[in-house]
Amino acid sequence: MSNRLINWFRYASPQTFYPLAGRMIPWFWGLAAIFGVAGLGVGFLLAPADAQQGEGYRIIFLHVPASWMSMFIYLVMAFWAATGLAFNTRLSGMMASALAPTGALFAFLSLWTGALWGKPMWGTWWVWDARLTSELILLFLYIGFIALQAAIDDPRRADKAGAILALVGVVNIPIIYFSVQWWNTLHQGASVSLTRAPSMAAMMLWGMLLCALACWMYSIAVALMRVRVIMLERERHTDWVRALLAGRE
Amino acid sequence: MLEASNLECVRGERRLFADLSFRLEGGEMLALQGRNGSGKTSLLRMLCGLTPAASGEIRWRGRPIAQLGDEFRSELCFLGHQNAIKEELTPLENILSTARLAQEPLDEDAALAALELVGLLGREDLACRYLSQGQKRRAALARLVNERRPLWVLDEPYVALDKAAIELVAGLVGAHLQRGGLAVLTTHQVVAVPAGRVRELTLDDDDTAQQRLRAG
Amino acid sequence: MLSLIGAVIGRDLRLAMRRQADIVAAMFFFIIVVSLFPLGVGPEPEQLRRLAPGVLWVAALLATMLSLPRLFADDHRDGTLEQLALAPEPLALIVLGKVIAHWLVAGLPLVVLAPVLGIQFDLATDALAVLTLSLLIGTPALSGIGAIGAALTLGVRGGGVLLSLLVLPLYIPVLIFGAGAVDATVTGVGAQAHLSLLGALALGGVFFAPWPTAAALRIALE
Repeated sequence: MSNRLINWFRYASPQTFYPLAGRMIPWFWGLAAIFGVAGLGVGFLLAPADAQQGEGYRIIFLHVPASWMSMFIYLVMAFWAATGLAFNTRLSGMMASALAPTGALFAFLSLWTGALWGKPMWGTWWVWDARLTSELILLFLYIGFIALQAAIDDPRRADKAGAILALVGVVNIPIIYFSVQWWNTLHQGASVSLTRAPSMAAMMLWGMLLCALACWMYSIAVALMRVRVIMLERERHTDWVRALLAGRE
Repeated sequence: MLEASNLECVRGERRLFADLSFRLEGGEMLALQGRNGSGKTSLLRMLCGLTPAASGEIRWRGRPIAQLGDEFRSELCFLGHQNAIKEELTPLENILSTARLAQEPLDEDAALAALELVGLLGREDLACRYLSQGQKRRAALARLVNERRPLWVLDEPYVALDKAAIELVAGLVGAHLQRGGLAVLTTHQVVAVPAGRVRELTLDDDDTAQQRLRAG
Repeated sequence: MLSLIGAVIGRDLRLAMRRQADIVAAMFFFIIVVSLFPLGVGPEPEQLRRLAPGVLWVAALLATMLSLPRLFADDHRDGTLEQLALAPEPLALIVLGKVIAHWLVAGLPLVVLAPVLGIQFDLATDALAVLTLSLLIGTPALSGIGAIGAALTLGVRGGGVLLSLLVLPLYIPVLIFGAGAVDATVTGVGAQAHLSLLGALALGGVFFAPWPTAAALRIALE
């Protein structure tokens, strides 16, 4: 048991994680490409047009995975934040900072594609639907996290402060979601409900799942790339980074 | 009683000191010297548990201070670079509210006596913002008169003080050491303390200060 | 424990009394923001009545933001915060005391002003009562949650703006249940459920928020 623990912490050191991440990145890019091509192929070529929505619905192959990812990445961020606070490992904070922009990107994509979907479906770019509103607030939370980390010069302090914010955010997300739902049901007349999912053909579901996997792989690849850059930047004065850079020239 | 082993301090990308160890017993004082930026204040903040050490350990009565937590803090009196004096309050209100926050309430007579000793009697009802730098420092140091906690950590206690006040503070520290207390203080000037043993530690190793961080 | 919280509250109230201009400024900010809305949307009583709960609550959030940056900044600047962090009691208790003091100084005045401003918006008596009650229950949560943001942005570049960015999204549930309570009264649904949920948020905000706040303060002091 203790042996395994030591092994885990070995990978928590940037010096050992840097080359490991470097070896993993091409694999995740490859998987992202494969799943992406497969998912889009299924989504655009094989899946039938929707009975009510025609071809326009196909944006869900990006919209739904983006929404999933935006929520999931916040959880992963909070997980890294908690680990960083509990074990004081440098890598955890770096992972949280590396994930935040990707999470924010997916939240933004989800809103954007939601608007593009909404226009042909309900004739309006934006409705104050519970899900859209929650997604918007999630985007605010991501932006707050990124802004806080950007404003603090000392990276250690930035990590810890960001970690506390991420944990406070993750406790609050269910409360916010619940309150927005409550608000939405009270003002029912003002909005169109998105919750009535169109009955989905099996092919549609497959396309969506493949696209979700592609987004997943893409997130991991990008986060690893970003974490490698953060490592180099933060540890630029350490021997291992110097040796690495010297070897490259 | 207070023991530091292999302390390392890193600020930003600079390593201020490393492998710093010392031991302090009751009745002893550690006088920290060194030029600006050598890490004196950082070391004091480490000793208080405000800043974690990059590596190494600090023990109080044989146990790491991180574990002791409140138990350690209840035996510690810290006087920082800033006075921790509220400008809006009078010296008397300041000393009373500080004591109340430290959960060691002081009656007004004792507080007035302390202010008299540091030479602020007659100013006790004047808001601190009207006091001079030296008088503010005196108001902050008035805390020490009735302070009976065993470990004093003082950052530049003599700064902004005149000669008489410096002697007075040295006297307070001496009396504290005589009672078996410990003191750690930073200073730029050598001031004789009437009682107790003084150890000196100079953080002036240019090599260490210049040394860039080498993490493994 | 109680004596410590009491000592913190007493000290902060005394300090606030010596700086009454700050309190008065935040109150006038609240009044002005609320009074701007009829000028912006027109004076039709029907419309104003509908807008009133939201406007008053949003203005209350903004007025709270105004006083939050100073919650710890003064103590940080003059070294008092270090002394508080070195007190032998848990820092979270001290934070709790400061949150309560902040509410007394920044939250309570809003509660007192709200019915007067509600009259401007032609609110009925029962709606005015619920508005005041919702602010009374909800504003402690604003002080509690806001303290987390104030601690996280302590001594940080552009702290004030950043603080709003961090805290306002977290205020959304309070806003929804607070303004919703008045709405529910106006539409005749009854405000009971809203007020209960608001109370739960306030309890959570006041008693849980001091822990992350204390952790953030220790990080700021490192």
